[in-house]
Amino acid sequence: MLMISTGNKAVASAVKDAKPSVIAAYPITPQTEIVEQIAEYVSSGELMSRYIMVESEHSAMAACIGASITGVRTFTATSSHGLLYMHEMVNWAAGGRLPVVMANVNRAVGPGWNIWAEHTDALQERDTGWLQVYVGTVQEAYDATLMAFRIAEHNDVLLPVMVNLDGFLLSHINQSLQTEDVGDFIPPIQLPHAIDINNPRGYGTLTGPDDYFKFRWDIERSMRDSVKVIEETQGEFAKRFGRPYGFTEDYRCDDADVLIISMGTLGKEAEVATDLLREEGIKAGSMRIRWFRPFPDLDIAGKEIVVIDRDYSFGSGGILAEAIRSRCRVEPYSVIAGLGGQEVTYEDIAGFVRDRRPGEEYWFGVKPDV
Amino acid sequence: MYEIRIHSRGGQGGVTAAKLLALAAFRDHKYATAFPFYGAERRGAPVVSFVRISESPIKVYSQIRKPDLIVVLDNSIMDVVDVLHGLKPGGKVLLNGTLPHDMKGFKTLSVDLTSIALRLNLVVAGSPILNTPVIGALAKMGIVSKDSAKLAISEMFSDDRNVQAAEAAYQELVI
Repeated sequence: MLMISTGNKAVASAVKDAKPSVIAAYPITPQTEIVEQIAEYVSSGELMSRYIMVESEHSAMAACIGASITGVRTFTATSSHGLLYMHEMVNWAAGGRLPVVMANVNRAVGPGWNIWAEHTDALQERDTGWLQVYVGTVQEAYDATLMAFRIAEHNDVLLPVMVNLDGFLLSHINQSLQTEDVGDFIPPIQLPHAIDINNPRGYGTLTGPDDYFKFRWDIERSMRDSVKVIEETQGEFAKRFGRPYGFTEDYRCDDADVLIISMGTLGKEAEVATDLLREEGIKAGSMRIRWFRPFPDLDIAGKEIVVIDRDYSFGSGGILAEAIRSRCRVEPYSVIAGLGGQEVTYEDIAGFVRDRRPGEEYWFGVKPDV
Repeated sequence: MYEIRIHSRGGQGGVTAAKLLALAAFRDHKYATAFPFYGAERRGAPVVSFVRISESPIKVYSQIRKPDLIVVLDNSIMDVVDVLHGLKPGGKVLLNGTLPHDMKGFKTLSVDLTSIALRLNLVVAGSPILNTPVIGALAKMGIVSKDSAKLAISEMFSDDRNVQAAEAAYQELVI
């Protein structure tokens, strides 16, 4: 069905179409519309799920873990402080090899108290063993959420997936949305280690170094295997529904001399900046990183790189810039912009490219002596 | 790309007006996005909503700095907000009601949306509903087609008075 929808409602629509058995969630700005809409679907009978209202995000993830270990499909949604409050359980979901799907509406972390877009919340969870995808449109929020269930539950993966969308910029914007008759796109979940009352086993028991080490390696092995599962899932999605996705979204990259690398809605705005720069004779391109975990292999050799981070790791640098620097062995111009919902226009982005100084870091809007 | 900024007060329906307009443009087979600026919203506080309408996909997410059209649902906002800020040369203004204001030479149209809503008893929680009649006025201005305006309103509201209000504003706005 073709409609107009916010990013939040697009996620809720995808959840309705993916039909998880259990949803446990706690509201938080700017995510609340997701769980409100899902609650309406459940109360109207459009979605036959068990909806568990919990007293905190820690409990929301714990409830998803408890449900998931019984072998059923689970979903939750959160943002910022909610995500960080569930941090312990976020680790537990991945370590328990439970394919929970979570939407995280990216929002800055306080103090100062701020409800607007930033990626530092999700990036603080980057080492937990969750797959992470960052979307750039309302349609992509729907599509990525649907695909997240299939990828997470694939028996070569069995890791949780976090779908990230920019707070307000995407969560609250109205754009066109095509929802799909999902059919058998997401196969029934088959959790090999699901609780079986006829075959009692222990879960989460004390694990010595030898076994623990194997479990950790097994997470990494599945993370690596997830690459082909993501490719296969995105390929099948394109075949069925006509919308192709990659690990990155590349715009005019092939013949570009300088690439703007970013995540989320900044990556769409960067496409407009690319067109503007091309008109001025600067051969620019935009590469929007969609999958941050597993981090993709990027073909950027021989190009100048401008990385825009809507996040920061204090004492080190922009988190995306760090990843590009270490994995691609390039010295990008690292721009820190958009923190706490700071406005970043395509004209600003074009300015970053015009003024690029490879190897340096620039905080947009901050004067050096302040 | 045609860019519109809507000024209203919290509770008057500016955010919904933006969504309705985007939906109507969408039903005209155009690309459209609608989004409010979210601050500390509360009833009565000035609110700004944005609509972009284009023949091609819209990739811009930043706020509208140089609108083609400014819509003011509550003229008293002009006492506290510079609604003309950034309006493009040749840009237009649509006001609710007929109070005289210095619009600095910009082409200004007005229609009494509040009276239309009161006449049809379109009132919620003591506030007249302005978001559906204003879509009729915008259709008269050619921003969206009249058919799509009515279609969008009937998709979002089951009460037929909303379509009647849009029709009334369409008839009453003098271009």
